[in-house]
Amino acid sequence: MRPGKFAYHRAETIDAALELLTNNEDAKVLAGGHSLIPALNLRLAQPEMLIDIGRLENLRGIQANGSLMIGALTTHAQIETSAAVQQYCRALSAAVSKVGDPMVRNRGTIGGNIAHADPASDPPTVLLACDSIIHLQGPDGTRTVPVQDFFLDLFTTDVQPNELVTGIEVPNMSDHKTAYAKLTHPASHYAVVGVCVAVKMDGDTCDHAHVAIGGALPKAMRSPGAEAALAGTTLDDAALNAAAEALMDEIRAEVMGDVYAPEAYRTAMAGVYLKRAIRQALAS
Amino acid sequence: MQVSITVNGKRYERNIDPRMLLVHFLREELGLTGTNIGCDTSQCGACTVHLNGKGVKSCTCLAVQVDGMDITTIEGLAQNGALHPMQEAFWELHGLQCGYCTPGMIMASTAYLATNPSPSEEEIRGSLEGNFCRCTGYQNIVAAIKSAAEKMQQEPVGV
Repeated sequence: MRPGKFAYHRAETIDAALELLTNNEDAKVLAGGHSLIPALNLRLAQPEMLIDIGRLENLRGIQANGSLMIGALTTHAQIETSAAVQQYCRALSAAVSKVGDPMVRNRGTIGGNIAHADPASDPPTVLLACDSIIHLQGPDGTRTVPVQDFFLDLFTTDVQPNELVTGIEVPNMSDHKTAYAKLTHPASHYAVVGVCVAVKMDGDTCDHAHVAIGGALPKAMRSPGAEAALAGTTLDDAALNAAAEALMDEIRAEVMGDVYAPEAYRTAMAGVYLKRAIRQALAS
Repeated sequence: MQVSITVNGKRYERNIDPRMLLVHFLREELGLTGTNIGCDTSQCGACTVHLNGKGVKSCTCLAVQVDGMDITTIEGLAQNGALHPMQEAFWELHGLQCGYCTPGMIMASTAYLATNPSPSEEEIRGSLEGNFCRCTGYQNIVAAIKSAAEKMQQEPVGV
């Protein structure tokens, strides 16, 4: 398979990339290309222009200074092997280590991942559970968007046509126990269901819990019902079962099914993987 | 677009269409047909090559993206007529059935050993999550990688 024809521009600066984006309505941004190039190969995407931002080195790298600042071009492999990410947010390390396979993680970037907003992707679920902030830049300057407002729908985000994702800010979650549990599609390696939890313990009692689910829905979402069912408990089996029931009730109307994993199966697995995520978090 | 790409230590200057995938550049521009095309959708790993020393899927990379970079393909592993220990191990332990996935398996596993020189069998199996053997000949593939890792511990090689 071969992509359709397009004009190719390699941006040397962020400003140059933004100018090209502003002046070319049918342009797509190319970072690692691990969502875009398969779409080009299948002719699901046929943009007139690709703007390659892959060499904007100032968008690559991880800084840990109160919170984690992860440049948009940072690869999954770089995040997976970062000691700072492991310290600040273990669930993010775990989730990126489950994206695709080693070769995909060597090229695929976190910025491209979230801009693409594939519903079966792993990082969005963790970013949502951890109240992350997305940094954007457009011709008029920079802005930030809480991740809760970033993912709008299937493959749809709040990024405007003339904006770039420049980075992702993840709070220091080291005072929480975090985990990401994933039911992986055996061929595609996408998430059939992925659940991220971040629990804050006060002795043996759960002070509060953040629960997010992805894979099964048009976009990752938080589960207020599960969070309420866990808060104030000792995270015993009764609390976990109640949280799983609450989560399943919340997603049942929206859950997406396919021939591999029908709606009822995905819904049931959401409950199972929530419990696994909590147990993994407590064991961490 | 004019590109300069170093493949197996040799620099190639070519004027290419930006939509040309790296795997097509290797196979059609350079005649290096050892890199196979399997699924075209970055799942099967048959097209795995090394980009600046790391394993990547050449069907999911435009040739223009690697302008100025270093590529190693299966043709570049043997040195001075001597097979790479990984190639030898696949040969000796029959780590293949039809052979189609073999170049990708060898490139993925040599890249993996650079990050983990002495892996357990379970780690080897995990490292192959991006490489499919449609013949399901994994037993001997894993045995070959284990054998090559042990040999390379005794006699380290460049790649």
